[in-house]
Amino acid sequence: MRGNAEAHELIAPGSLPAVLDLLASAPGEWTPLAGGTEVMVAFAAGRLGAQKLVNLWGIPDLRFIRTTSSSIVIGACTTFLDLRAHADLAAELPLIAKSASWIGSVANQSRATLGGNLANGSPAADSSPALLVYDAEIEMVSKRGSRRIPYAEFHTGYKQNVMAPDELLYAIHLPRRFADHRHYLRKVGTRRAMAISKVALAASTLLEDGVVSEIRLAAASLAPFPTRLFKTEAVLLGQPLTNEALLEARGALFAEAQPIDDIRSTANYRKHVVANLLHEFLLGLSAEGASR
Amino acid sequence: MSTTAKTRIVGASAPRKEGADKLLGRALYIDDIEREGMWFGSTVRSTIPRGLIRSIGFDRRINWSDFTVVTAADIPGENHIQLIVADQPCLADGQVNHCDEAILLIAHPDKHKLRDAISAVHIEYETLPPIFTIEESEHRDQIVWGKDNLFKSFLLEKGNVDSVWESAAHIVEGEYRTGAQEHLYIENNGIIAEWSAENGVTVWGSLQCPYYVHKTLIKIFDLPDDKVRVIQTETGGAFGGKEDYPSTLASHAALLAMKSGHPVKMIYDRMEDLAATTKRHPSRTRHRTALDKDGKLLAMEIDLATDGGAYATLSSTVLSRATLHAPGPYSCPNVRIGAKAWATNNVPYGAFRGFGAPQTIFALERHMDEIASALSIDPLELRRRNFLHTGDTTATEQLMREPLIMDQLLDRALKESDYHTRRARFARENPTSAIKRGIGIACFYHGSGFTGSGERILNSLAGVDVSPEGKVRVMVSNTEFGQGTNTVLTQIAAEAIGIDYDDIIMAAADTGLVPNSGPTVASRTVMVVGRLIERAGLQLTATLREQAGLGDKFTREEFFAACERVRSAKGEVVSLVRYEAPPGIFWDDEKYHGEAYPSYAWSVHMAQVAVDTVTFSAEVEEYWAVQEVGRVLNPVLATGQIEGGIAQGIGYALYEKVVMQNGRMANNQMTNYIIPTAEDVPPIHVFFEEIPFKYGGYGAKGIGELPHDGPAPSILNAIKNATGVSFHSIPLLPEDLFAQLVARESAKEHATL
Amino acid sequence: MSETWPTIHFTINGTACVVQAPPMKRLLDVLREDLHLKGTKEGCGEGECGSCSVRMNGELVNSCLVPVLQAGGADIQTVEGLAANGKLHPIQKAFLSCGGAQCGICTPGMLMAAAQLIDRNPHPSMAQIREGLAGNLCRCTGFMRIFESVLAAATLAPDPAPEETPNAR
Repeated sequence: MRGNAEAHELIAPGSLPAVLDLLASAPGEWTPLAGGTEVMVAFAAGRLGAQKLVNLWGIPDLRFIRTTSSSIVIGACTTFLDLRAHADLAAELPLIAKSASWIGSVANQSRATLGGNLANGSPAADSSPALLVYDAEIEMVSKRGSRRIPYAEFHTGYKQNVMAPDELLYAIHLPRRFADHRHYLRKVGTRRAMAISKVALAASTLLEDGVVSEIRLAAASLAPFPTRLFKTEAVLLGQPLTNEALLEARGALFAEAQPIDDIRSTANYRKHVVANLLHEFLLGLSAEGASR
Repeated sequence: MSTTAKTRIVGASAPRKEGADKLLGRALYIDDIEREGMWFGSTVRSTIPRGLIRSIGFDRRINWSDFTVVTAADIPGENHIQLIVADQPCLADGQVNHCDEAILLIAHPDKHKLRDAISAVHIEYETLPPIFTIEESEHRDQIVWGKDNLFKSFLLEKGNVDSVWESAAHIVEGEYRTGAQEHLYIENNGIIAEWSAENGVTVWGSLQCPYYVHKTLIKIFDLPDDKVRVIQTETGGAFGGKEDYPSTLASHAALLAMKSGHPVKMIYDRMEDLAATTKRHPSRTRHRTALDKDGKLLAMEIDLATDGGAYATLSSTVLSRATLHAPGPYSCPNVRIGAKAWATNNVPYGAFRGFGAPQTIFALERHMDEIASALSIDPLELRRRNFLHTGDTTATEQLMREPLIMDQLLDRALKESDYHTRRARFARENPTSAIKRGIGIACFYHGSGFTGSGERILNSLAGVDVSPEGKVRVMVSNTEFGQGTNTVLTQIAAEAIGIDYDDIIMAAADTGLVPNSGPTVASRTVMVVGRLIERAGLQLTATLREQAGLGDKFTREEFFAACERVRSAKGEVVSLVRYEAPPGIFWDDEKYHGEAYPSYAWSVHMAQVAVDTVTFSAEVEEYWAVQEVGRVLNPVLATGQIEGGIAQGIGYALYEKVVMQNGRMANNQMTNYIIPTAEDVPPIHVFFEEIPFKYGGYGAKGIGELPHDGPAPSILNAIKNATGVSFHSIPLLPEDLFAQLVARESAKEHATL
Repeated sequence: MSETWPTIHFTINGTACVVQAPPMKRLLDVLREDLHLKGTKEGCGEGECGSCSVRMNGELVNSCLVPVLQAGGADIQTVEGLAANGKLHPIQKAFLSCGGAQCGICTPGMLMAAAQLIDRNPHPSMAQIREGLAGNLCRCTGFMRIFESVLAAATLAPDPAPEETPNAR
């Protein structure tokens, strides 16, 4: 244990407005701390640079799941166990609960938050691929007001995002238009549980008469941050799922994916495996199509 | 005779002796303990793998007068850890030979002050070229140890291998490699030390061998035996990783205690423990095997090399066991094994469950499947044709006198696993499945106890005594760290004496209290020390009958009353016995010839593995282990040992990779040193056969290390069955499977062009 | 210095407690150092091994990842609170008879995870048991005896009466 608790401040303003006041008063000085499953690991390793922390855990305004007619809105401090337990999410956006079940262990899922996962911005983030293929939007708030952007525009670089120093990630908005889509999500880790992604692929698609009328693909660990695979999508959009199309998509993904070698895996492995995942997904679709 | 007679307690699953304390959270591990006025210590370590220390500077931002700082200059006696060769310094003195080598120690009353202080010590080095592989060491461009980088070499010869190469129907060669493996005991290394001029050195800690630590401390401090006391505390896992390393940590804590005048606690955090302490020796084994047209072994030539890291530690004895297990449970008239342990600038490697055998058994059992392919013989049949039987001799020409039932073990493994049905099903399903399944086997023995005359040299002393409060105490220096020492030895004592299990306790593993019954290693505890306790217990009751009027049958009250009569007469009630070697054990250490081990446990493992061609990951789906282990003294504990060893072996094969970068472990966190979780372990089926061993405690042989030998070869044999591709090296990660399988695909594509 | 540390109230194993500690001090360290409850262990400090698992407000958490400030007002249960009035909890009894503990260092956390699992799901399947314990690493047992212990404890748990599970469907 290399952290020194006395070297850090942690305060709990206790409400969302109070937190925003604090962030506005000293932009960039206060690091939000929600479930602690990232910050406390860095702390114990002696790598927590942030000296001042502001507590978000326990603020009711940040932990909610609301269903409207057009969307499901998830508060940033919603935990992964909360996500797994929610009936509407399970029914319409199953990849959310699926990725939530992969976050560490039950003990981590009870504390890790969706907002924390996104704000931390690891390229291997478990929740990101699903959010990307569900057209998630991120709502950020500050004393100045609130704004929403597509999640696909949230990350700008390795562990970097668009948030201003006085902004807080407030909620994730998910449109309720994917219930009829075909969903796919697979994570490849070092073991079945408690594993950081080597690579993961999420997909949602709509087929009409065997032709791809909508397709969204997203991956973890292929780039400095989780990304949509727009070029590969373009190759599939409007196409029937023939063998040629599958091969072409595989080739496109191979070219689009730019993973790296790191301590967990190799670039070559990641590329080949994500292409296999795509193939597995598309094969599953065309098999079902053929059997109709 | 005791080995086969009906027993009351031995053979039953008596509940774990210290189980209630562990379950209630009351068991005290070293970090749960505080001593009055205790300070905390930490270590300044080398950041380079090899070089000279040019200067040590102390940044003035720290108030150093509040700290105690210890260097090699503070060592009163010899600056060496006493293992086999006294080459490893307790603290580096002018030179470092591996990353994270201990250079300085610091202590302070506030543990939070230590991190900053460590980063305020500035060491300047003159770097020297490091070497990190067996091959670099063999080439001897850099000499990093002794005159020639060679810690140890053995040559084992039987018959004359060179007489058969020309005429042999088949010659098969292969090279096999194993990587390092980390113990990952869930409790990190920890010690508390105290020093006083009056009492000398006292240490408490997480350790396997109190007398090993004692042996080093008396030399470090130049103190007589009775001025050093070592006490084992509840130990949270060890697996060999706390056999030699605690001697270093205890020395460090004791030096700080001496210089500071305070008790000092040193507990490693996970990152430090992973980076700085011992691991399993990496190995390279080359096989060249001659067979006749029927697949009978004619000659085995084996070239074995291990990487010992920067200091000798236990490399010679690991090499010895590796050598003696290399030829496996097979009869072969001509054998030559050349074995060498090499020095590099890696962090020194040390003891780990199996102690060289997992390395060479992996090579052999993989090689047997390669031979089977080359000769187009079924891998089971190849083994049956070559199994050792009673009356055969091993590679050291040890005559197998005991009943040897490898065929029956194999039969049972095949039956319990429904091997043929499964294998046929996989052959049918694999071609059209993205998941390729296979089933593979490993057949092996594991020698129980110390090699050759090792036990004679240890000359263990052990026994029981009775306290006035009416408790019988088992007096041994052997320790509990999960494997069941406390439970089984007290079962044996209860059985031999004729009283209840609940009336026996273990004396603390405290060198100030118990005799030296040898280390808790080499799967010797129940067989060797158990036998001593059995004899001591029988001796106690015999004495009570002869001298205190105890009847043939007696109640609990009568027993303790008789003890008190002896105490009145003699002042104490104690029964100690010394080790007696079984007859017929002759071992020539020069020629590597004779009875290598007093007994062997025999085993057949079977692994069903699924290889996912989408992700290239291999997972063990189901596992069977059949073993003949002498007598099983506690079925639940014995089963738990087999299952735990198999889980570790599965990690060794498929998950656990020590990633070294410039001599430093780069993945020194639990998040990236990967062991199987509850979701990864397969169902494991354990079956025992029992042929009591006359000279083991109530007929027992050793079992602790046996199960770690089987998984790596059986799993990789299963992968070969599943994919048709042979892998020769572990850990076998998905990236490695991918590289070979995809390379194979491209080669096929090119071939068809 | 310490006068500026917040005062934090919570309940531990049914008993009200108050500590004064730096807000970032890990709950694990507060339990062990301030409250002298040594049963909860540190195996990794990274939330990987689960040796530090406790129950906080009815949820299983890794106490090495909880800054004590966030435990304010919480209801916390550690291994010391499993046995009631000197009677072993069914899961502790099962571990004893089935050999679920070997070296014992992972055991407190494992017991908390197992107790949590059975409380939430009195008759878990093997897949659910594996998932429930996936965050608790054991290096000694290979998990088989632990699975048996959980299954044994689960069969001991009576089927909940309808009134006790308002959410069951």
